[in-house]
Amino acid sequence: MSANPVFVSRRTFVGGLVIALGLPACSSKHQGAAGNNSLESSAWLRIGTDDSITFQCDRSEMGQGVYTSLAMLIAEELGVGLQKIKVEFAPPGDQFHNNLLGGQVTGGSTSVRDAWEKLRRAGATARHLLITAAAAEWDVDARSCRVEDGVIVSPSYEKLRFGQVADAASRLPVPKDVPLKPRSEFTLIGQPQKRKDTPSKIDGSAIFGIDVRLPDMLYASLAQPPMLGGSVKTFNDEKARSMPGIKAVILTSSGIAVIADSWWRARQARDQLKIEWDAGPNAALNDTTISQLLRKGAAGAGRVARNDGDAAAAIKGSKTVYRADYELPLLAHATLEPQNCTTDVRPDGVDIHVPTQVQQIAQAAAAKAAGVDLGKVRVHTTFLGGGFGRRLEVDFIPAAVEASKAMKRPVKLLWTREDDMTHDAYRPPAFDQVAGAFDDKGKLVAWNLHLTGPSITARMFPAVVEKAVDPFAVEAAANYLYDVPNVHVDFQQQEIGIDVGYWRSVSHALNCFVVESFMDELAFSQRQSPLEFRKALLEKQPRMLKVLKLVTKEAYYGYPPKGCYHGLAVMEGYGTYMATVAEIFLQNGKAKIRRMYCALDCGQQVNPDTVVAQVESSINFGLSALMWGEINIQNGRVQQTNFDRYKVLRMDDAARIDTYVVDSEEAPGGVGEPATALVAPAVCNAIYAATGRRLRSLPLTRHGLA
Amino acid sequence: MTKLNVNGKTVEVDVEPEMPLLWVLRDTLGLTGTKFGCGMALCGACTVHLDGQPVRSCQTPIGSVGDKPVTTIEGLSPDRSHPVQQAWIELDVPQCGYCQSGQIMSASALLASKPQPSDADIDSAMAGNICRCGTYQRIRAAIHRAAEIKSGA
Repeated sequence: MSANPVFVSRRTFVGGLVIALGLPACSSKHQGAAGNNSLESSAWLRIGTDDSITFQCDRSEMGQGVYTSLAMLIAEELGVGLQKIKVEFAPPGDQFHNNLLGGQVTGGSTSVRDAWEKLRRAGATARHLLITAAAAEWDVDARSCRVEDGVIVSPSYEKLRFGQVADAASRLPVPKDVPLKPRSEFTLIGQPQKRKDTPSKIDGSAIFGIDVRLPDMLYASLAQPPMLGGSVKTFNDEKARSMPGIKAVILTSSGIAVIADSWWRARQARDQLKIEWDAGPNAALNDTTISQLLRKGAAGAGRVARNDGDAAAAIKGSKTVYRADYELPLLAHATLEPQNCTTDVRPDGVDIHVPTQVQQIAQAAAAKAAGVDLGKVRVHTTFLGGGFGRRLEVDFIPAAVEASKAMKRPVKLLWTREDDMTHDAYRPPAFDQVAGAFDDKGKLVAWNLHLTGPSITARMFPAVVEKAVDPFAVEAAANYLYDVPNVHVDFQQQEIGIDVGYWRSVSHALNCFVVESFMDELAFSQRQSPLEFRKALLEKQPRMLKVLKLVTKEAYYGYPPKGCYHGLAVMEGYGTYMATVAEIFLQNGKAKIRRMYCALDCGQQVNPDTVVAQVESSINFGLSALMWGEINIQNGRVQQTNFDRYKVLRMDDAARIDTYVVDSEEAPGGVGEPATALVAPAVCNAIYAATGRRLRSLPLTRHGLA
Repeated sequence: MTKLNVNGKTVEVDVEPEMPLLWVLRDTLGLTGTKFGCGMALCGACTVHLDGQPVRSCQTPIGSVGDKPVTTIEGLSPDRSHPVQQAWIELDVPQCGYCQSGQIMSASALLASKPQPSDADIDSAMAGNICRCGTYQRIRAAIHRAAEIKSGA
């Protein structure tokens, strides 16, 4: 969006002021349910005559803190304390599009970046209207009035609360381009604020999808084909139906749903189903065939993501060329809250209560499953028990809708952990070939990175990749930051027969591992320190150099404690510059992480405490994947079913993490994901320092190191 | 009918004795603060206190509970005033928050038996509770802080 957002306001039927994004009339196809199509439902901000201030948060809260940070953007410009703002989750609506992703999507570490301008402007516009209304009442110049925590104050110290002028404000013309506060006047932005969702998350009252309870609700457990891509051939439900509390057994589009008066009863009866499965197209798929597919696919020339100079010629002309192949496994998201959806299909409309990152796609999936128009489906977003990209998928919604439709009652469909782990859209595997060439003076003159893997975007948003390289396959690769004259990066799409999905930091985590590991290899090939080698090639990247210098200073890089080893990685992703040092030691031949240091320049911070929390979270997410993360496929079946075989980080393996955030006036960068991507290369580079072993595949368990 | 003592109240439920306490709490009694994560006592999201001891309610059949008091996150304190809850607020521990009921129940049981736990005590008492958001560093700090609050510091 080039121009500033244009807002509309209106007096609501209950009185008060609402501020919504103005849209061309023809563009609204994803509205809320009929009757819910009012300005209120599409408004970010409602100011009631009772002084209530409600912010409809159009991004999902999955731990990353938008419930607080986005409310801060409104509060800063509106001129109220953060505690005065009540937060609700917004319904689907085109007004809530994420301009960076082209739909109402929470993902890609975009929430603050996308909202930065829009929500501050919404707050400022509301404030302008309220002040103007108050000034008119006092018959003074609006410019002489000010706002103090929800109260407008006149030059002669008369006071009007927001609620007292909200009605009058709603009748005023909405100004365009209301100016925003300069950074020097921020009182909230950049100051650590307590998370608004913490109280409800420490007393059990926060409502996640799994917690939704509707009157007369039934519970469903779904038997899905154990082989990915399989289907139900026949089934016998005689025994299941005879068990206590069982109301029905129905065949849905994604498996057999057992419906009961409690979830546990449904789950027990499900075990008594006798099902014959059609194995489908993946009956012979296993880890080896996937690896072979990728290696075969790698023979093709992929779509070009970056082409500076002539890398092929430079490599051909060089006497000093290094090459390596890197390989990465499938990974599950394993959100701690298993997938679930609570639905109520009635003749007058459909309600779905769902922890989702994609309200509009969820709405469309429910409408299709119920056989109703989009406008008949109301989406109620709950708190998300983890997102990490898993809840960009809506695969668990249709069966829930079909079950409620069949039962004519509300139904809560809940997957087991095993359902969740064996029916994920997995992080894509990768087979990547990389080469670097030096000239006679030892200068790195060519970099060639040939990536091969399946494309998530080709399935999710095919239009994006119709003619272009998948942008979510070449992150942290196409933006190669090192000053090398000849750079070639391409991505060869090679499908593997199963769905792959966006997983925290998406291709950053795949590609940063290759880029930063191989940069280490190249440094050692020239007998240079990994730090000095990188620094010399980053002279034109001041933001990167700054965080690199900061983190290596804080970590005493190169001077690890006795028995410890350091590894380094850097990356720019989501508009954030980041450098990480891993400090490890060896214990009984296993790599143990002692400490992780991370420095970042994420531009202007909104809630600094959340920035730090997200770095810590991302690093720990990356550590799980690095050490143990691997989904294996045998005959089309996922072998890991629960946390016993899909190990994740626990308290006793959690290393100390030190985060250093550079004060920056640049536009905000994303922080929910990038730190995940630097973990594997930083730790593997430390392992090389410790053992001389260069790891070109993960996880560490494959190498006996975890 | 099975009689249970939950959060100081006696309740009667009409379910099979093998039904896990977790589902009685959540679906029969509507106490949804206790979470389902794995169903195999691997993740700790369902941790409650049974007679003061932390147990995984997903693996606790109600037939085995008897008259032992059950405490869930809803019953830990009436007003978020338990030292662990205070510390959790002070350090803004939760992210997605899904595991935190279980973390808090494990942490409060630890402090009840060890008022001044060491890092090693925390490792062993908390290793059964998975946090996919990786809030471990803050959990550790908050347990130490709760110990201080409890001792009046």
